[in-house]
Amino acid sequence: MNPALQGLITIIIGVGGCVGYFYGANLFLDKVLFKPTGPNAGRNINRANMIRPWVFLFPALLALGLYLAYPVFATLRLSFLERLPGNEYAFVGLDNYTQMFAEPKFMEALRNNVLWLVVVPAAATGFGLLAAQLTDRLKWGNIAKSIVFMPMAISFVGAAVIFKLIYEARPEDVAQIGILNHLYLTFGGDAPVQWLQVPFWNNFFLMAVLIWIQTGFAMVILSAALRGIPEETIEAAIIDGANPFQIFFKIKIPQIMSTIVVVWTTITIATLKVFDIVFAMTNGQWETQVLANYMYDKLFRANDWGMGSASAMIIMLMVTPILVWNVYNARKEMQ
Amino acid sequence: MDALAGRKPAVVWALNISVVALVALWLFPTLGLFISSFRTGDQITASGWWSSLFPAEQTLQIRVADPDDNRVDLGNGRFMVEGNIFVDEDFEGELNAWGTSSRRLGEFEPGATADLGDGETLTLAADGAYVWEGDADQISGRAQRVFLDVVTPPDFTLENYAFVLFDEDNSEGMAKAFFNTLTVVIPATIIPILIAAFAAYALAWMDFPGRALLIAVIVGLLVVPLQLALIPLLSLHNAIGIGKGYLGVWLAHTGFGLPLAIYLLRNYMVGLPRDIIENAKVDGATDFQIFTKIILPLSFPALASFAIFQFLWTWNDLLVALVFLIDASGETTVMTKQIVELLGTRGGDWEILATSAFVSIAVPLAVFFAMQKYLVRGLLAGSVK
Repeated sequence: MNPALQGLITIIIGVGGCVGYFYGANLFLDKVLFKPTGPNAGRNINRANMIRPWVFLFPALLALGLYLAYPVFATLRLSFLERLPGNEYAFVGLDNYTQMFAEPKFMEALRNNVLWLVVVPAAATGFGLLAAQLTDRLKWGNIAKSIVFMPMAISFVGAAVIFKLIYEARPEDVAQIGILNHLYLTFGGDAPVQWLQVPFWNNFFLMAVLIWIQTGFAMVILSAALRGIPEETIEAAIIDGANPFQIFFKIKIPQIMSTIVVVWTTITIATLKVFDIVFAMTNGQWETQVLANYMYDKLFRANDWGMGSASAMIIMLMVTPILVWNVYNARKEMQ
Repeated sequence: MDALAGRKPAVVWALNISVVALVALWLFPTLGLFISSFRTGDQITASGWWSSLFPAEQTLQIRVADPDDNRVDLGNGRFMVEGNIFVDEDFEGELNAWGTSSRRLGEFEPGATADLGDGETLTLAADGAYVWEGDADQISGRAQRVFLDVVTPPDFTLENYAFVLFDEDNSEGMAKAFFNTLTVVIPATIIPILIAAFAAYALAWMDFPGRALLIAVIVGLLVVPLQLALIPLLSLHNAIGIGKGYLGVWLAHTGFGLPLAIYLLRNYMVGLPRDIIENAKVDGATDFQIFTKIILPLSFPALASFAIFQFLWTWNDLLVALVFLIDASGETTVMTKQIVELLGTRGGDWEILATSAFVSIAVPLAVFFAMQKYLVRGLLAGSVK
């Protein structure tokens, strides 16, 4: 069947099914199960209202449970097992983990991930704050913001192509088409460099892609926070003779600290999961491996579910502090 | 806050210049790819994209017409070949200088006559008309080479797009992948919105035991890496017979998008005025009616922001499609996968890469610029408390 037609039919079935479920279940509750008439009308209305939230929530809970909650436990279980031929599993305890930690490629991925976690959120938040502060007072600030925000819409894979063109190196005797090498040679470099193949530093060239994408996000949120700062605090500082730097660092930053933390953690989570950029640009060669790509390698290339799941659990472990902190904050807010 | 910095001209200039630099830094990467997608492969390898916007100086090497077929007998043992050097070339540009040897480029002005020795001469005019004259030996055999220093105006082409999108013989074209991506994206955007809207209403405006706990769980699930879900869900899909395919990828995107959808929509719905909802209840409206007739229309901005998020995320996704959709046949490949493939097989063919990448980037960019307002609102609702 034509995929477009198939898509259209499934959209109708899927969306229709959803609407039908909600409408039908609601109707069933009111007209059949607990009729709001007869001797027990009052009791029935109460009962129907007790059940109704769960009718509304059911599809969402099912999907969340099946697609996010269950996999956490299933992956945890898989990480203690080894897959044997014929769909059998054997319990191997922590073997997958010890084996993984003994593997240099894993340690490299771990080291790189930590590097990413230190550099990317800091750089993206810093640039975002800078962009927010600088554009705030300009007449054409909104246009500037739009452009810095734009990479947000670009896929990691698209961005990978964009930056590969920037890092492109051509033989010394022909024209350079990568702007980085062009500038490098213009400003006194000896020979074109394959930037993505220089161990250790190539990590930073990959990080640049994510920083480029995430800065806009940081800028939009921090710019809103900056505008939310009460004018009086700044006016008071001006009257007291503070210079612009003091105003920025001592008056503004402390007031938007909670927003900075939110931005920082959001980018941290995005950084932890980074996969596409490395997959498309180096695929972990030249010492650029990261955990998510390492995991993909183990799961789908080496077909080693045990170690793949173990590395996925490491990612989960690194997210957990943020998860706990978010939940704690959300609960505090609701009280 | 303008009082201090805003009024000094020097500061205003510094501010403007630094923002221009920042914007340039963020715009140029994309611009480079965009411009490259309109250049031929030869142009891309000949010069950087930044020089393509300006007239380019280059040296062309062309031979004059074949003497044995074209020479004209002038009498006295003299022969000549006459013609235009650009006759075979689609040339638009300007001739600056020319020479007859690769060691002495640009030796002559246009219109000058070069003395090739022993009475052999070549005259070349600015429009490319030439006269090559000499005796029978000289005007025979291989045609005289001419080295031209020319300036060509910027030159762009739509060929790459025609090749990538519409060429039937191009097995690596983007047309099929484009429709596959669309088939993934539309249901994967609509279904989670629908499910999340009901759930968000229940969490925002219905009272039931365990509500606070559920909200906390959803906040927790917001950050669970989807990497964990790959193997368990693929096994599950295989076990219940969905396998790899559109249904699987729709369900996966729905599951992964739900926490953010519920969280955003609930935050928005909680902020709607309580009076409206209570008045409707007093007037005898059921929860279902309140939801469909009041809450849904009022929540349009939040619905729109999530729709944009989910659209961008599913359109740009690679991992979920790789795991849940694309099977060995490759019939269901999506654009991101196609581009990664091209990066491997056509690494040096920048005209193909740039064009393919831009085809996949164009739609999200259009959505982004058209709906930026909602995107910003959604971001703010999602992160700032």
